[in-house]
Amino acid sequence: MAFDAPEDLDEFRTSVRDWLEENCPPSMRTPMKDDEIVWGGKREKFKNPESKLWLERMGDQGWTAPEWPAEYGGGGLNKAQARVLQQEMRRIRARPPLFSFGLWMFGPALLEFGNEEQKKRFIPDIVKGKTRWCQGYSEPGAGSDLAGLQTKCEDKGDHWLINGQKVWTSYADQADWIFCLVRTDKTVKHEGISFLVFDMETEGVEARPIKLISGSSPFCETFFTDVKVPKDQLVGQLNAGWTIAKRLLQFERSSISAGGFGGTGGSGILPPQEYAKQHVGVDETGRVADGDLRARITDHLMYAKAFGLTVQRSTEEAKAGQEVGHTASIMKYAAAKMNQDKCELLVEALGTDGLGWDGDGFAEDAKKATRGWLRSKGNSIEGGTSEINLNVVAKRVLGLREHQ
Amino acid sequence: MSFVLSEDQQMLRDTAMAFARDEMPVTHLRELRDGGANGVDAEMRGKLAELGFFGVLVPEEHDGVGLGMVAMGQIMEAQGRTIAATPLLQTAVIGASVLILGGSEAQKAEWLPKIASGEVTVAVAVDEGTHHAPLNIATEAERNGQGYTLNGAKRYVTDGHHADVFIIAARTFGEAGQAHGISLFLVPNDATGLSVQALNTVDSHGAAHLSLDDVAVSEDHVVGAVDAGWEVLEPALDRGRIALAAEAFGSAQAAFDMTLEYMQTRKQFGQLIGSFQSLQHRAAKMFTELELTRSCIAAALSGVDENRNDVAELASLAKARASDLIHLVSNETVQFHGGIGMTDAHDSGLYMKRARVQEALLGGASYHRDRYAKLNGF
Repeated sequence: MAFDAPEDLDEFRTSVRDWLEENCPPSMRTPMKDDEIVWGGKREKFKNPESKLWLERMGDQGWTAPEWPAEYGGGGLNKAQARVLQQEMRRIRARPPLFSFGLWMFGPALLEFGNEEQKKRFIPDIVKGKTRWCQGYSEPGAGSDLAGLQTKCEDKGDHWLINGQKVWTSYADQADWIFCLVRTDKTVKHEGISFLVFDMETEGVEARPIKLISGSSPFCETFFTDVKVPKDQLVGQLNAGWTIAKRLLQFERSSISAGGFGGTGGSGILPPQEYAKQHVGVDETGRVADGDLRARITDHLMYAKAFGLTVQRSTEEAKAGQEVGHTASIMKYAAAKMNQDKCELLVEALGTDGLGWDGDGFAEDAKKATRGWLRSKGNSIEGGTSEINLNVVAKRVLGLREHQ
Repeated sequence: MSFVLSEDQQMLRDTAMAFARDEMPVTHLRELRDGGANGVDAEMRGKLAELGFFGVLVPEEHDGVGLGMVAMGQIMEAQGRTIAATPLLQTAVIGASVLILGGSEAQKAEWLPKIASGEVTVAVAVDEGTHHAPLNIATEAERNGQGYTLNGAKRYVTDGHHADVFIIAARTFGEAGQAHGISLFLVPNDATGLSVQALNTVDSHGAAHLSLDDVAVSEDHVVGAVDAGWEVLEPALDRGRIALAAEAFGSAQAAFDMTLEYMQTRKQFGQLIGSFQSLQHRAAKMFTELELTRSCIAAALSGVDENRNDVAELASLAKARASDLIHLVSNETVQFHGGIGMTDAHDSGLYMKRARVQEALLGGASYHRDRYAKLNGF
């Protein structure tokens, strides 16, 4: 199954196409089902057995992380080759083999800040989806003001000792390892934070799911009581974790605005104009009969189109070597607004059919839209609130100063 | 779709931006206004012609440069930055497009070189009511022995007060509201029976009402097929909408830059007003809207050059979003500047006045939302 990437792009395309033809199982070329998303790790059950095969094959190629160095198990492709792979996967509508905070957030940061031994130890299992990671950032007293975090980390000579609490830890109850911000110096703020990684099975770690307004529990409260962490699991220098933390947040915001939002509703939900046509009706010219709702749906569709074109534009500008600037913050803000507007419009267009909770009497897609709408309220909170993102744009992009 | 300019396009953009900044700054519009010129500026027209700006869409075989809409968009954005009054939208974009898309070989040979050289200005006259409704054409063109006789009226025709020749949309068949039955006629400004009423408009660019009283037009002055003028008019209007969106974007960017600068110089309570979070967030939101709209305009411009089949949709997207953008930014520009923004001496007001014209011409945000929804089947 070894794959030697030809230098010539056309040849590369042909070989990728052949490889995908042979290796992408039939059901992996159908639209993703919500319950067949693969997050990997020890607890992964692979509801669809072909998704296991698909992950193994892609993982062996390193194509879950096409541009990561081959020496750590990545695909070792250059940008142009990675684009070809993406295009060819899209051509056959191949599902992404793996959803992973390791791929989207921790891996890129570790490649930049980790030491050789850490990269060798952690990166290959991220690529293959063998380790599922979670993110220990927010605390009860440190949300938007993340650098105010208090989880205590003491140097005990041959190990670190951790005590404290994290919150909004996505899927902590299903993760194998955690990357975690801890306080190693109480006398300073940003310069007293360090970046640690440890096994979630370590004694003293407890994750409790939080039930959300949507009824689901994607987040946990995570407690650390006298958790002992080996010394070599500190990433970067002691008290220099804030730089890594910020860099990782950029990866997080980019991956969110690239479409990884909770609350989009998932499969089976129609676009808002379809529900409006069904539930509100159309006039003799085919317009949705409620002119006000129709205009707001159109405004949203235009916003979504503008957003898509802007993603395309910034990709092209980056390719052409132009300065893209801090688009991540703008796009995170815009993506949150876009998704929330869409969810509101879905529920509004569904009318009372959008007000069901569970059981009979409400269609599955309508119930999904309702839950999705509730979930979407988190879009402007998670990964940096919209207000924080606007602060970032004002200060870093527009150059406006802080209040003195 | 291309979002990155070619070398030629970038060069043209740099030239246009420098020209707008140096040769037609906002102070120039003030001078025109205060001198009662009503947006008419023969000297500027000559300079624009020298730069070749009138011939950007005109193919080389007709003495133009044939650079296309992306290139034209850069010039429109530049003139938008300084809210300059030029005949480019009507002459170099809409008028040229009508002739390129629908003109006979003889018409192209006669008119396109004159457009490209800046020798004639054109005004395409469509709307008859106060709101853009290009299908609602009631002006009649009655068949007679030698050609047609036109009767009717056109309202608020941009550049109508100084156009050398008009392209009049009139009805040869059917009734207002129908696409079939619209035909296009070339009418010189001195035609018997045509009267031009110059208008003093809020943006100091001027415009004109036209009335047509038994205006005789010969057969060879019909552009495109009789009854099927809509097939030429609609795509030509879309090019105009996209160009106008680019212009409005330029104005919004300039007004935003001016506001940002003020935020970084004006102090109150011993603080720069730019350090107040309520203003910072509004500025950041405006910036987001600017970036999103920039992409729509770039996509629409290149969509025309690539002959895509969704140009109508892209045009409505660009015009609706640019209209909303300039509305927001021009209002915020006045508000952020406080009292000085209410004075005639400051430029804020000039941008806001021009903004409303940019919004209304060729269809405002609500017109284009309606069209976009129709194109998307609801």
